Amino acid sequence: MQDFFAPFLAWIPLLPLLGFVLLIALPLFHLREPPEAVSAVVGVGSVCLSALLTLLIMWTLFLNNPSAVLQVSLWQWLKVGALQLGFDFYLDWLGMAMLLVVTGVGFLIHLYSAGYMHGDDGYRRYFAYLNLFVGAMLILVMADNLLLLYLGWEGVGLCSYLLIGFWYRNSANGDAARKAFIVTRIGDTAMLLGLILLFSQFGTLSIRALNTAAASAPANNLTVTLAALLLLGGAVGKSAQLPLQTWLPDAMAGPTPVSALIHAATMVTAGVYLIARMHPLFNASETAMSAVGIVGALTLLLAGFSAMVQSDIKRVLAYSTISQIGYMFLALGVGAWTGAIFHLMTHAFFKALLFLSAGSVILSLHHEQSLFSMGGLRRKLPFTFGCFAIGCASLAALPFTAGFYSKDQILLKAWEYQGGFNGIWFTGILGALITGFYSFRLLFLVFFGNDGPASAQCKDANNGVMTLPLSVLAVLALFGGLLTPPLQRVFTQAPAGHAPLWVEGVAIAAPILGLALAWLLFRHNTSPMESRGKSALEKLWFSGWGFDWLYHRLLVQPLTSLARINRNDILNSIYNGTAFICRQLHNLLSTSQNGLIRWYIASFTCGAIIFLALLVVL
Amino acid sequence: MTPFSTLPAIIAILFCGGILAWLSERYFNRGSRQISLISLSVAAALLATYWPHLTDSPTGVWWDSVQINWIPRFGISFSLAIDGLGFLMLALTVLMGLFGLVVTWRDIRFRRGFFYFNYLWTLAGVVGVFTAIDLFLFFFFWEVMLLPMLFLIAVWGYEERIPAAIKFFIFTQASSLLMLLAIVTLVYLHYSASGILTFNYRELLNAQLTPGNAYWLMLGFFIAFAVKLPALPLHTWLPDAHTQAPTAGSILLAAILLKTGAYGLLRFTLPLFPEASAAFAPVAMSIGAASIIYGALLAFAQQDMKRLVAYSSVSHMGFVLLGLYAMNTVAAQGAVMQMIAHGFSTAALFSLVGAIQKRLNSRDMAQLGGLWSSLPKLSATALFFAVASLGMPGLGNFIAEFLVLLGSFDSNHWITAIAATGLIGAALYALLMMQRVFFGGLRTPEDAQTRSPTDLKAREFLALISLAAGLLLLGLRPQVVFDIAQPAIARTGTLHKKAPTATSQISSPKLRLSAWPDTDHRRGNSP
Amino acid sequence: MPTETLPDLLTGLTLSAILFCLGLIGLLVRRNVIYLLMCVEICTNAAALAFVVAGAHWDSSDGQVMFIFIITLAAAEVAIALALVLQFFRRRHTVDIDQLNGLRG
Repeated sequence: MQDFFAPFLAWIPLLPLLGFVLLIALPLFHLREPPEAVSAVVGVGSVCLSALLTLLIMWTLFLNNPSAVLQVSLWQWLKVGALQLGFDFYLDWLGMAMLLVVTGVGFLIHLYSAGYMHGDDGYRRYFAYLNLFVGAMLILVMADNLLLLYLGWEGVGLCSYLLIGFWYRNSANGDAARKAFIVTRIGDTAMLLGLILLFSQFGTLSIRALNTAAASAPANNLTVTLAALLLLGGAVGKSAQLPLQTWLPDAMAGPTPVSALIHAATMVTAGVYLIARMHPLFNASETAMSAVGIVGALTLLLAGFSAMVQSDIKRVLAYSTISQIGYMFLALGVGAWTGAIFHLMTHAFFKALLFLSAGSVILSLHHEQSLFSMGGLRRKLPFTFGCFAIGCASLAALPFTAGFYSKDQILLKAWEYQGGFNGIWFTGILGALITGFYSFRLLFLVFFGNDGPASAQCKDANNGVMTLPLSVLAVLALFGGLLTPPLQRVFTQAPAGHAPLWVEGVAIAAPILGLALAWLLFRHNTSPMESRGKSALEKLWFSGWGFDWLYHRLLVQPLTSLARINRNDILNSIYNGTAFICRQLHNLLSTSQNGLIRWYIASFTCGAIIFLALLVVL
Repeated sequence: MTPFSTLPAIIAILFCGGILAWLSERYFNRGSRQISLISLSVAAALLATYWPHLTDSPTGVWWDSVQINWIPRFGISFSLAIDGLGFLMLALTVLMGLFGLVVTWRDIRFRRGFFYFNYLWTLAGVVGVFTAIDLFLFFFFWEVMLLPMLFLIAVWGYEERIPAAIKFFIFTQASSLLMLLAIVTLVYLHYSASGILTFNYRELLNAQLTPGNAYWLMLGFFIAFAVKLPALPLHTWLPDAHTQAPTAGSILLAAILLKTGAYGLLRFTLPLFPEASAAFAPVAMSIGAASIIYGALLAFAQQDMKRLVAYSSVSHMGFVLLGLYAMNTVAAQGAVMQMIAHGFSTAALFSLVGAIQKRLNSRDMAQLGGLWSSLPKLSATALFFAVASLGMPGLGNFIAEFLVLLGSFDSNHWITAIAATGLIGAALYALLMMQRVFFGGLRTPEDAQTRSPTDLKAREFLALISLAAGLLLLGLRPQVVFDIAQPAIARTGTLHKKAPTATSQISSPKLRLSAWPDTDHRRGNSP
Repeated sequence: MPTETLPDLLTGLTLSAILFCLGLIGLLVRRNVIYLLMCVEICTNAAALAFVVAGAHWDSSDGQVMFIFIITLAAAEVAIALALVLQFFRRRHTVDIDQLNGLRG
């Protein structure tokens, strides 16, 4: 069976890539822009096939076999000196879980996009980019060596850039896109150095070989720590964690389904996947593990506070994404590998649902995104309201939603982390409270209370291809908690022990408390916070803790002013200076060349006399 | 020697093609482009006869060589030879020559015949440089490729062409004077030590030099090649020359002529003066890293699109310098790959800038904007090559930069870490160009508003697409190139005689990636 | 003896030097091209005189050979120079040498 399916493995990323090629080549056949239906069929169909193939493989090989593994080598990529890399794919349950999310949620979002993007003049380009993204993401997930993973890693970054700046006529979108790419590139460069360091230390880039080698490495080896930290740099960039989180809120400039797919469900969780994939390496270094945990905990809180005061529906979701990925990092940091991946899955479900319903709201309100123009939409968009409410409940981890199971698992592990009460666990609980607050603040502001200014023009924009994905995602966000991937063979970790009952209780109570607070404050959609001016703290939160300002002052401005000063290349002045001196000397000498023959005779005579005099004297 | 040898034939075809192109335009007023196309195609076909050497494992070092006495009294001979490295460079030369010809098919109107004469003679000179293994002959071709290039810039260039041409000429000429001095001194020292007066490369490899002499001679060669490369701080001729040259000239300069510098380092400086080069390596690597970052910073600052691409060349060629002086196989392979990939991507970018300039009469990024909506094909192609130049995995440039960094990390951690930030810089300038020229609201210069620009013609598009396919191939199946270049690089590597250790023991504090092979081919292979 | 009837070497060379200086001063102070040519003639003839005097002093015929050589040279020079002056005058309608400064830097 395994041999039978191995060749098909390559088709999973290949199908979306073929879709991409077909989409960009379509005008060559038609000599004009093809109709939307053709683009949609190619774009959605390729991902659909890929999802079906994934399901088939999952069903036949993986379902009842936690240690199932599938691998295929396509070709020798590089063989230089000691470096040998193949175009090899490797799939275990960790990869399979990611694969299911990427193709499954990816397919649903593609389908939704077919309706959402209707009438856009870049329809074909949109699907081309989206297909390329899915292809790159699948390569990232299935890569058997780190360089191939890096290929997918950069590929998704490129697609993210292209899709954030998809509406290119507005140059603000382009700026956001560039910011996203460059900020993540900073992380990626660190990651590349990590790869190089790993290779020079272990002589291989194969993920499994590295993991084996790292597991047997002496504990807290400096190189291993450094390599793990450099990889963490890449993960932090891609997953928008502190200190490279600033790009994600701006990335909301892209179309909403893109935000759902790339900036919530899949790409931004790549960092989590990377760390989970390399978990023996991280395990080998306590410093790296605590760094992961601390980054996660800090991000989770900072982003949560920012999410509480945002006024743009998508920016709330963006900050909540950063915060939720912070949870995953926290989980990774305390060694709750399964919990992290589980939360990654459920997060993909409910956050995609939230973004897509937000997209429906935005579309229904004719591209209005401000929370304070909305309100009372519950009556006008009942279906969207239902979906959004489910999403919020799951995000806040209310009991028995998908988010509850995963978050609970993480919090329990965090409790055990140091055998009892600790800072990481407390941060998690505080975060859960904040999550409950901001998610229901969002729900109340949009759907409850009185009609806002924009609500009057509301026209339900949902159509068939949009409601289907929403319904499926709603079901997943509710019951996705039952779909625990059998990761026990991938991550050898101790089974979760028993925490005191009150710990469990606090974890359940925290989001409900947040909900209650939001109910008190925002039920009537007249925010006490908005009616008065913003306090300094709120302004700080609103601006994402001023990181943008700080980076602008610290990095962007010095760099641009340095570039501006040196626009004409200071080194050039060395040569221009030399040329100038030569020219001056030339001018000096050429004044003696005055064209008057009698002057020449006179100077000649003088010269002769001096010469003769010297001859006589000497 | 066989009655018909391919190497001189390639050079002769290009020289004769140049003269014919000139004459045909002068006497028949047409036909120079067709003649150029035919002679370049014939050259490509001749080069393709070396195909069998690619697959079979090369027994000797040189695939083919020709030696004819020229000035026997001074030990000068007309000797050409080709090996894997030379083949790659020749293939790049001929392909880029064809690309430049096709993509600028309609650009030249003024004295077309003379233009293509200069074009082909430059190429002929470059082919000579890549094949000559007599140092005197090498110098001869080095000068031959310079003069026609000077005319290309000075006659067909843009606004500031004359100062740019003079600057180009002075820099290259002054540096090649140094090289000539170094060559003559090397020959003289060899003569006084061994009694054999020869300019032959293979003989001179055995020259016994005192460390002091070797260091100075190495510097002479290094500076000549570093100017061409170009490396900091000798790069300032490049932005002017590239910007002012006509599009075809910029393509020649960036895609081919810069590579002669890198080739010279790999073929001459490193093998002739192994110990001196090893001593000099930290300096050279620092220069490489500085070029990477400084070039990126300047590219980021530019207003003129063509200047931006020109400075990006400085940055990219810094990787070549870094890789060559890292003194191991991985980095050297990366450097060779960078030479090819940079040739592809930069040639394409220059041709795209030329296409924009032709259509909108401007390459000032302050005047352009939002071209995507009116020129989608051109913009998409530009996006591809901009992304290639910022080092996207899956394309050749990434493979090259990764290998260079991987290899040089083994030699020097810190320089490598600093050089790696060049990747961020590349993203900065490449995306800035995309943003300012192709994205945003549509802006075209005042005088171009009346004409609506036409998108890429099929001819231009096909030429660019084939380069894109080439880059993709280099990124996904780079092994072909590595296999061809490996013997030549291994031979160069005999200078570094550390035994390769490929153990993956964590206990070994720092293991050498893949040092140069320790067997000494150098003596054994000289005929 | 012929040597006694002739003036001694010093006198001849002094005369030659005076002549040369006269010619040179003329070159420096006159602007008329014709005068300049005449001054050049005086200078060359001063040199020729020096040759003859020296030749007589050492009983050598070389001095006289050089003298004939110089006369020939002067004749040729004057022929060309006068032709140039003629052309110069036709074009510029002047014989002022200071007008002839087209080669100034």
